[in-house]
Amino acid sequence: MSSEAEAHELTKDDFVSSAEVRWCPGCGDYAILSVVQRTLPKFNVRPENHVFVSGIGCSSRFPYYMNTYGFHTIHGRAPAIATGLKCVRPDLHVWVVTGDGDGLSIGGNHLIHAMRRNVNMTILLFNNRIYGLTKGQYSPTSEMGKHTASTPMGSIDYPINPLCIALASEATFVARTLDTDIKHLGYVLERAANHKGVSFIEIYQNCIVFNHAAFHDVTGREHRDERMVYLEHGKPLIFGQHKNKAIRIKRLKPQVIELAKEPNVELVIHDEKAPDATWAYLLTHMEYLEMPVPFGVFRCVERPTYEQMMEDQIQSAVKKQGTGDLKELIYSGSMWSVN
Amino acid sequence: MTPVSPEKNEAVNNAGPENAPVSKPKRTEKTLRTAIIRFAGDSGDGMQLTGDRFTDASAIMGNDISTLPDYPAEIRAPAGTLPGVSSFQVNIGSVATHTPGDRPQTLVAMNPAALKVHLPDVEEHGWVIVNTDAFTPGNLKKALWSANPLDGSTLKDYTVIKIPISTLTQKALQESKLSPSEVERCKNFYALGLIFWLYDRTPDSTLQWIEQKFSKKQDIAQANAAALRAGYSYADVTDLFPVRYQVKKAAIGPGVYRKISGNEALALGLVTAANLAGKDLFYGSYPITPASGILHELSKHKNFRVKTFQAEDEIAAMGAVIGASFGGHLGVTGTSGPGMCLKSEAIGLAIMVELPCVIIDVQRGGPSTGLPTKTEQADLLQAMFGRNGESPVAVVAPATPAECFDMAIEAVRIAFKFMTPVIILSDGYIANGAEPWKLPDVGKLPKIVVEHPKTGESFQPYERDPKTLAREWAIPGTPGLMHRIGGIEKANITGSVSYDPENHEKMCRLRTEKVARIADDIAPAEVIGPKKGKLLVVGWGNTYGPILTAIENLRAAGKAVSMCHLRYLNPFPKNFSEVFSQFEKILVPELNLGQFLFLLRGRFPKIRAEGFNKVQGQPFKVAEIESKIRELL
Repeated sequence: MSSEAEAHELTKDDFVSSAEVRWCPGCGDYAILSVVQRTLPKFNVRPENHVFVSGIGCSSRFPYYMNTYGFHTIHGRAPAIATGLKCVRPDLHVWVVTGDGDGLSIGGNHLIHAMRRNVNMTILLFNNRIYGLTKGQYSPTSEMGKHTASTPMGSIDYPINPLCIALASEATFVARTLDTDIKHLGYVLERAANHKGVSFIEIYQNCIVFNHAAFHDVTGREHRDERMVYLEHGKPLIFGQHKNKAIRIKRLKPQVIELAKEPNVELVIHDEKAPDATWAYLLTHMEYLEMPVPFGVFRCVERPTYEQMMEDQIQSAVKKQGTGDLKELIYSGSMWSVN
Repeated sequence: MTPVSPEKNEAVNNAGPENAPVSKPKRTEKTLRTAIIRFAGDSGDGMQLTGDRFTDASAIMGNDISTLPDYPAEIRAPAGTLPGVSSFQVNIGSVATHTPGDRPQTLVAMNPAALKVHLPDVEEHGWVIVNTDAFTPGNLKKALWSANPLDGSTLKDYTVIKIPISTLTQKALQESKLSPSEVERCKNFYALGLIFWLYDRTPDSTLQWIEQKFSKKQDIAQANAAALRAGYSYADVTDLFPVRYQVKKAAIGPGVYRKISGNEALALGLVTAANLAGKDLFYGSYPITPASGILHELSKHKNFRVKTFQAEDEIAAMGAVIGASFGGHLGVTGTSGPGMCLKSEAIGLAIMVELPCVIIDVQRGGPSTGLPTKTEQADLLQAMFGRNGESPVAVVAPATPAECFDMAIEAVRIAFKFMTPVIILSDGYIANGAEPWKLPDVGKLPKIVVEHPKTGESFQPYERDPKTLAREWAIPGTPGLMHRIGGIEKANITGSVSYDPENHEKMCRLRTEKVARIADDIAPAEVIGPKKGKLLVVGWGNTYGPILTAIENLRAAGKAVSMCHLRYLNPFPKNFSEVFSQFEKILVPELNLGQFLFLLRGRFPKIRAEGFNKVQGQPFKVAEIESKIRELL
C-alpha cells in the first residue's frame, strides 16, 4: 500500500474484503461483521496490523470477509494458533473468532488456556446454541432437552455457560453482548479491543436456519426491557420498561426488587474492576426465567500479558548472559582438543 | 569395532592376591582398544549421573565414546525391585566406538536387582563389582533371588569383586555432618572412584564438576568428592584388583570436541539454524518422554531470543508453532509418538497453508503409551502418511547424537526453502545417547536465505517459485499484502477458497511435486564399502552404529559387504536406486516390523530387499546384525 493510502483516514471500506459473504440470509453474523468493520477504523491500527484467526464453523468464515491478514484454521484450535502468533508478533492486533461448538466443545482446552495466560487478544465467541455448519446438532450451550438432528428425544447434556468458563480461567476482560443491539455490540467491541490482555466476548447470535429465535425469550423486542439488564461500572443494575426494577444481594444471591416498593434497600453497584471474579461470577448466574440476563462488561482488570512477560524474560536473559553468541554456545561445556 | 576382550582370567591368576596393605599390590597393566562398562542400580542410586561422569572423564581424556542410558518409566519404582533398575552403559575406545557395545566387560551392580537384570549381558569372565551391603535378605527377595548369588556358583563364570560400598562410604564420611541417608546417597561416587581407578581415569574433571554442581551445598559437595577419592584410593591399595586397564586416546580427526546427546544437539542445531536464517526461534512443546530434553535445553537460551512455549497439549503446541510461522518466525515443535498422533491434524494444516515449520518426533516404543523410556523406529509410516488426504511432508532422520545438530539445520533449511513442514525422526536412543561432537567452524556455516514479499511487489498467496514450487511467504504487518489462508482447499495462485475438482487435483499434485523436488537439493546417498557386490545393508536413524560396526568387523574378516545409510527418507536422495541396484541383495535392519522396507518396496517394487527387525525397546547389538549378514553372504 502506498504512503498516500496510509495517510488517509480509515473507514469501514478499508476493512471490507472482496470475498462474497456466504452466510445464510438473515444470519446474525452479518450484523456482527458489519459492526466489526465499522468499529475497526476507530483504533489507530492499520488493516495490515490486524489478524483474524478462526477455527471451524459458520462464525469461522469471518476472516475471509475482513480486508486484514486472516487465518481460517482447524476446528477449535484458533486460540492456540493465535497464541503462537501473538507470542512472536506482539505488534499485531490478534482477533479470535469462534463459536459455541468450536470454542467450548472441541476447542475448550485451548480457549481456557489462552484466557488464563492473558494473551493480549480479542476473542469473539458467537453463541447461537447450535451446530449450524454441520446442520443442526445440539451444542455445549444448547438448553437441556433440546430436540435436534442428533437428539430426537431431547438433549440430555447440561449446558455450559461461556462466561463462567472465561471467569474460571481468569480472563481479564469478560463481556456479553448481542447481534441485534448494534450500538451495544460496538461499545463492547471497542472496549474489548482497547483492553490490554485477553478479552472474551460472548455474543448472542441468531441462527436463522437451525435455531431461530434461540434468545428471543430474553432479547425479544416486546419483553427485553424486563428481561435484560445492562451493566455499567459504578452504577446499580436498574432495568424494566420504566426503570423501576433493580438488583440487590440477599443471602449471597442476586434478587430483583421493585424500587417503588422498597425504596430504602441497598442496591448492588456493579464493579467490573473487582480484583477477584466472585461478583462477576454471581452475575453470570443471573439467568432467564428467574432473573434478568446481564449484558455488558462483567470484568475488566489489568494484569501483565503473556507476550509481554515472555519478552521481558528474553530481555532479562540478554542482560544477564549477553546477546547470544553462536560460537560461545557451541564451544561450551567440557571440551577437548585433538591435534 | 568389537571390543577386544582382555584375558582377564590369566591376569587374575598371574597376579595372585597379596595382603600387603602398606605397599601397593602387584598388578598387571593391560591396554584395551575399547571397554564397555555398565553402571546399574536402583533408580534412586544415581546411576545415570555416575555413567555420565565416567563418560565425560573418558571423553576429556580423548577416548571415543558411545553411551546407552536405560531407565524405567517410573520416576521411582519400588526400591530394590527389578522394574526399578536403572542403568547406564558406555563404550570407550582408543578406536572408533560407533555403539555403546553389546556386552559389558564390567558391570557395577549396586543391588541384587541390578545384578539380576544385567548379569546375563556381561561378557564371559567379565568383571562384576557388587555392593555387598545391599545384598540383604529383603533386597534378595525383592530381586527374586532364591539364594544369595554371592555365595553359590551363580557367578562362577565371572570375575566377582565384592565390596561393601555403603559401609566404606560411611567410613570415608565419618567426619561429615550429613545425615546417614545423605551419606548413603554418596555411594555412587565411591563406586565411580573404583571404576575411575580400574580404567585409569583421572577424577579431576569430576571433582571440578561436583564443585560447580553443588556450589550452594558445600556439605554435599565435600561428601561426594570425599567418597569419590575414597573409592579411588581403596581400589589403589586393595588387592581385589589384580589388573588395571588403559584405554588410550582415540585417533579421531583433529578438532575441538565436546560430548553431546541427541536432544542437546537438536536444540543447539535449532538455535544455530534460526541464527543462520536471521529468524527468532519459537519452540512450542508439551512435555513428553523422551523429547522434553529439547524443551529444557532451549529454555536456557532465551538470550538468543528463543521463545519456548509449554503448551496445554500437543495439539496446541503444533497450533502455536503454525501461528508463529504465520507470523514470520521459525516455528518448531518436538514430541514423541503419542504426541505425533495428536499433532497430525495441525500438521495437515501446515501442509495445506504451506508454512515452514519443523516437527521433531523422538520415537519411543509404541503403540499408545507403549514403552515411554525405550527406543523404537516405528513412527516412520506415521510420519510419512499419518494424516488425512494427500499430505506429503519432508522427513529426515539423523543417524547419531552429534548428527542431530546438522540435521536440525538441514530441516530448517528445507522448511524455509520449500515452504513445507519437515519432520525430524529421532528416537530415545539417539536422544539420550551421547558421543563426541566435533565442533563446527561457526563462521563457515552457510547462511539460510529467507525472503518475504514486500509492499508494492506483485503478490499472490499461492504463486510459486518455478524451481522449488515454494509459495511466497508474506507476513502480517506488511502493508498491501493482506490475504487470508486456511485449511480449505486453495485456488492455485490466488489462494482463494476453491472447491473446484480440477483445481483440487492440481493442488494435490503441486504439493506432492514440491516435496519431491527437495531431492534436487539434498546430498546423494553414499555407500560405505565396495560400490557393487552381493549385499548392501540399508538403514536409517539409530541403526547406523551397529550396522557400521558390523560391516567393519566383517570386512576386517575378509567379507565383502557394504552399507548405505539414509538421512533423507522423504524424498529419497535421487541416486538411491542407482546405488542399491549395484547389489544382489539388500538387507534392511530396523527397530520396527518392516516399515522402511515397506516404503522401499512401494517406491521401488523390484527391489530385492529383506528386513531384519527387532522391537524390544533396545537398539540392535552389533552381533545380531553381524550374524544376520553372515547368514546372507
